Amino acid sequence: MSVWHGDYRFLLRNLIVKDFKIRYRNMSLGVLWSLLNPLIMLAVYLFVFTRIFKPANVPHYALYILSGMITFNFFSLAWMTGTSSLLDNAGLIKRVPVPREIVPIASVLSNGLHLAIQMALLLIAVVATGLGVNIYWFWLPLIWAVGIIFIFGISLITAGLNVYLRDTRYIVESACLVAFWFTPIFYLASFVPAEYRSLYSMFPITALMMAMRSVLLDGQAPAAGLMFKFLLISLATLGLGVVLFRQMKSRFYDYL
Amino acid sequence: MNIVAVNNVSKVFRRAAGPRLMREYVRDMFRSRNDADPFYALKNVSFAIAARESVAIIGANGAGKSTLLGVIAGLANPDEGSVEVNGRIAALLELGSGFHPELTGTENVFLNASLLGFNEKQTRELLGAIVEFAELRQSMHQPIRTYSTGMIMRLAFSVAVHVDPAILIVDEVMAVGDVAFQEKCQRRIQTLREEGRTLICVTHSPGLMETCDRSIWLHHGELVMDGPSAEVVPAYVNYMAAPENGLPTATVKPVNKVRMLRTVSRARARRG
Repeated sequence: MSVWHGDYRFLLRNLIVKDFKIRYRNMSLGVLWSLLNPLIMLAVYLFVFTRIFKPANVPHYALYILSGMITFNFFSLAWMTGTSSLLDNAGLIKRVPVPREIVPIASVLSNGLHLAIQMALLLIAVVATGLGVNIYWFWLPLIWAVGIIFIFGISLITAGLNVYLRDTRYIVESACLVAFWFTPIFYLASFVPAEYRSLYSMFPITALMMAMRSVLLDGQAPAAGLMFKFLLISLATLGLGVVLFRQMKSRFYDYL
Repeated sequence: MNIVAVNNVSKVFRRAAGPRLMREYVRDMFRSRNDADPFYALKNVSFAIAARESVAIIGANGAGKSTLLGVIAGLANPDEGSVEVNGRIAALLELGSGFHPELTGTENVFLNASLLGFNEKQTRELLGAIVEFAELRQSMHQPIRTYSTGMIMRLAFSVAVHVDPAILIVDEVMAVGDVAFQEKCQRRIQTLREEGRTLICVTHSPGLMETCDRSIWLHHGELVMDGPSAEVVPAYVNYMAAPENGLPTATVKPVNKVRMLRTVSRARARRG
């Protein structure tokens, strides 16, 4: 199916803009409304976990939760929109010979503005707390790029599966719920028993949170071992996603 | 030179294929295999189209016309046989299928042009001509959900004929717009043909069938007749008027085997 010889970047940009505009055009305050929900969630969690249920001596606990929540919000939102992207764009898949991979990838990236706004809020909060800017902030784009590579990988797999088995998106929803408790959003990664810890940090979203916190909260470069594992697993997931997607896409036309 | 070659193509839809839920997979595990009887959307279809030819694909509803276009355009893989294509295709299967009602006319033109393979520079250069042809200058900044069906179709057709394809595939394009606009479309298609484009269209309109040099008649996925429209179209019209007289005996031109520059899709080993 290599009939298409267009401009990938132009197409990708148009698809992202489309997803984006469709999502926000009918909201009177646009992006602000869709940010309201995660911001309220953040405020509630912050209140509960800093005023009611207080873990002992965790420095900058509010920022700790914020960075975890932002990461998790992006992960679950991007993965879910990526998973349902092929069904949402069935008209394109059945009628235009565009490279199919571009559809889930555009869906994942269309959540980028959301992430950018939340990250900006987080960085402002970090500076306002007096932690200050440090040279390691240059790691942040790299950390996020690796995280997004991982999300591309799993989204390619579940988006393809969702065409054959429409229940896939409910499985993804449940998986997100599990991931919510198995990533260090509220609790410290060091609370996890030592024997599970290396397995625990294998999950790239956990690694993403840990790497981001070393930079923002500890003012250190992320641990080399952690970054290496994070990069390796994310690339492997993307590779697997690309291979599986290539297998699955030949029959999309019949199943959509 | 042949620009499209369809060699012994079959496309099977198993009845059970389509949207699947987990309970259906589970149910199928407990069923005998016979239930999933294969339904041939295309059965052993072969033909070749030379550059600059214009071909109408005709047949009753459910004859496999759209499936055939899907296979030629590289949207679906054939289960048997192979399809070879030599040149850039602009597939217009259902005009405006890439359009989204919430986007404005201009945004939709950009999206559609990029889907059909244009880059940004080319799209900007052609935007004026596209709007001009569609006669929609005043409405381009409004979301197309505010457009009438005819306006949307005019815009979709206009994008499609401006993206400079070697092969133009059109599905029922003549249902577009009012009589004046239909004539404009006919003229535009005529110009494209004079410029050396190949045209493949699916149509139910005898008028358009006859403007094509050649017609290919499909019946329940099988090729019944392939030849000059002047012969095929009357036979088809007669059959449709009185199906009880039976199908004519096939007069199929042999497919010329040609060397192709690029293979679009080959059937993989047949499944199960």
